[in-house]
Amino acid sequence: MLTFKGGVHPPQLKEWSKEKSIERMPLPERVYVFLLNHAGNPAKPVVSVGDEVKTGQVIGEPEGFISAYLHSPVTGKVVELKKILHPIVGKPIEAIVIERTSEDEWVRLGTGNYEQMSKDEILDVIKKAGIVGLGGAMFPTHVKLSPPPEKRVDTLIINGAECEPVLTIDHRLMLERAEDILQGILIMMKVLGTEKAIVGVESNKMDAYQNLKKIFKGYPVDVALLKTKYPQGAEKQLIYAITKRRVPRGGLPMDVGIVVQNVGTCVAVKEAVVDGKPLVERGLTVSGDAVKNPKNLIVRIGTPVRDILEYCGGIDENTERVILGGPMMGIAITNLDIPIMKGTSGVTAFLPRKVQPQKPCIRCSECVQVCPMNLQPYLLYLLSSKRRYDEAVENGLMDCIECGSCTYTCPSKIEHVRYIKLAKTVYRATRRGRK
Amino acid sequence: MKLLSAYAPHLREEDDVRKIMLDVLIALSPAVIGAAYFFGWYALFLCVTGAIIGELFDVFVMKYLRGVKDFIPDGSGAVTGLLLAMNVSTRLPFWAFVLGLVFALGVGKHAFGGLGQNVFNPALVGRAFLLISFPTYMTTWVVPGAGFWKSPADVMTSATPLALFKEQGQITSYWDLFIGNVGGSLGETSALLLLIGFLYLVLRKRIKIFIPLSYIGTVFVFSTVAYLVSSKFGDPLFHLLSGGLMLGALFMATDMVTSPITPKGQVIFGIGCGVLTMAIRLFGAYPEGVSFSILFMNALVPLIDRYTKPRIFGEVKK
Repeated sequence: MLTFKGGVHPPQLKEWSKEKSIERMPLPERVYVFLLNHAGNPAKPVVSVGDEVKTGQVIGEPEGFISAYLHSPVTGKVVELKKILHPIVGKPIEAIVIERTSEDEWVRLGTGNYEQMSKDEILDVIKKAGIVGLGGAMFPTHVKLSPPPEKRVDTLIINGAECEPVLTIDHRLMLERAEDILQGILIMMKVLGTEKAIVGVESNKMDAYQNLKKIFKGYPVDVALLKTKYPQGAEKQLIYAITKRRVPRGGLPMDVGIVVQNVGTCVAVKEAVVDGKPLVERGLTVSGDAVKNPKNLIVRIGTPVRDILEYCGGIDENTERVILGGPMMGIAITNLDIPIMKGTSGVTAFLPRKVQPQKPCIRCSECVQVCPMNLQPYLLYLLSSKRRYDEAVENGLMDCIECGSCTYTCPSKIEHVRYIKLAKTVYRATRRGRK
Repeated sequence: MKLLSAYAPHLREEDDVRKIMLDVLIALSPAVIGAAYFFGWYALFLCVTGAIIGELFDVFVMKYLRGVKDFIPDGSGAVTGLLLAMNVSTRLPFWAFVLGLVFALGVGKHAFGGLGQNVFNPALVGRAFLLISFPTYMTTWVVPGAGFWKSPADVMTSATPLALFKEQGQITSYWDLFIGNVGGSLGETSALLLLIGFLYLVLRKRIKIFIPLSYIGTVFVFSTVAYLVSSKFGDPLFHLLSGGLMLGALFMATDMVTSPITPKGQVIFGIGCGVLTMAIRLFGAYPEGVSFSILFMNALVPLIDRYTKPRIFGEVKK
């Protein structure tokens, strides 16, 4: 079975939701759509308060090269433009608030048969659909699919690893939407001009693996079985596991001829290009020991977490953390009115757990052994906590993928990732200052 | 409902420092029982009180001298205390032992900043202190098997196998060396019991296996070569089984805090320990060189770590 060096084996906790078929959540009454629903620059709003909007209507346009279109997730009225705490950026960001007034009235994208469309026409649809990577990083998909001509891309890799504990949405998509995934892959292969695509699936999802194998028969799309290990779905680790190619430090997958897309993104691409649906909804898992009825859901972008949890029977009154995403890399939120974004792969709610106090590092070297990037997390923590940022950068601070394996495994309960993230932020800020 | 604002990851392994220390104590216990069997009640007394006093002293320093009011004992003081007890002769008076332990923890550990900060293995710092301050007590050995209740002052004294060999060319029976029926420090004499404890740590995935392998391997190679040059250097098996090699290689050199981080660094460290141990044994003034070689290599750890940094994923070979 394919894998990479390092990594950890957190408890899977997927049984809460892995047997639950994907359900469509009823339309929310109000949505809060961040203008920053993607990596890069915030979109520019093109609606004002009082405007009537239809589902799929453009409400934000890209600002700059790395940015994305925004569409109204519901049919209704723009009631407000206000700043809301953005869970990723960590500070308030402008959001368009839309109150739903009726059932969906769609504004669709113009499409045709993709086999007859040119590369640029397809790319244009993907761009107009506002598709970003649904795995979490929210990088605009049309940008990823248009590598500069000097970078020859020969392989498209699809991330179906879903290594985060708790989350099962990708698993369900591979079981229930395999045809859509296949179409999405074929569309993206055409755009990239690649002969080959490989979907990586972890061995704890054998049913999905076999289903994909069956559906993909006769197409130039392979399925690779990956060892169940965290972070198997991290881009560089996934590429290495499947192709043994190493993305250079500070480089991108396209430097080794590869583009990686998440299975959810494949579905979104198919829906845009074939069905003319802009990205206004996504699949996500709602689970955790504090959720009454864990589910896999299709939810409109901008739906508040509170509504989603209520639809799943609510959460235990003793709930301690609510996390956007999975437990390894997800962001804990303290306000349930925060809306989900295009990259929100799950909502995880946990009951209180025993938290052990931090002890000094005893140099046990566990963190070094598990680091999938071959870094020395104990050292990065030490240097970061002493604010020796330049030295930390020399030791690979910026190479950290923040997977949290070091923190997960540390017997001294040191929060390496927390210090590393902070150090990265400070370093980036000072570097800008120096220029 | 009060939601916690916490950083990812939101899951943690259950393992902690206390469990690691507890495992080390468990791993040392066969050798402690062996020490009691071979050297009598006073040996057991030193081991048990060593662990207790070590831990209490640690708590005292943290709570009252360093003012950490909510300090939770982690077991590292007990490990140092027990290891120091295993490193001394049964002839060492209790007051001297306590002095050595205070030195080990005070100077060897807390003076550097406490748990995880020390450069040298605290138990070996304590041993070095005792060896220099009370050489007679530290190097007067008793003949094992005098009976559990015999007072250490009453039993016959003898030299260690290494000293016997160095001074008189006398070889001790390999079986006695293997099971520990020889004179020496409390916990170092039985290779068998130390290996049992070591096996436990290996099974529990607690140990840096590269250090014992490279350390013992180096001693083996070095002594084989020396033996081929002249039989007066003693044969390899004798060197493996006698003295503190097993205790040192399995339990002292492998101390996480004072040994290198990467497997490569650990191999270098082990080889260094092995070469120095044999150099001291064969050409030095002491019959034994384990503790000084480990202490010396401890000092080189930052340097070794610096030159054995793992290559970052995606880094191009220079």
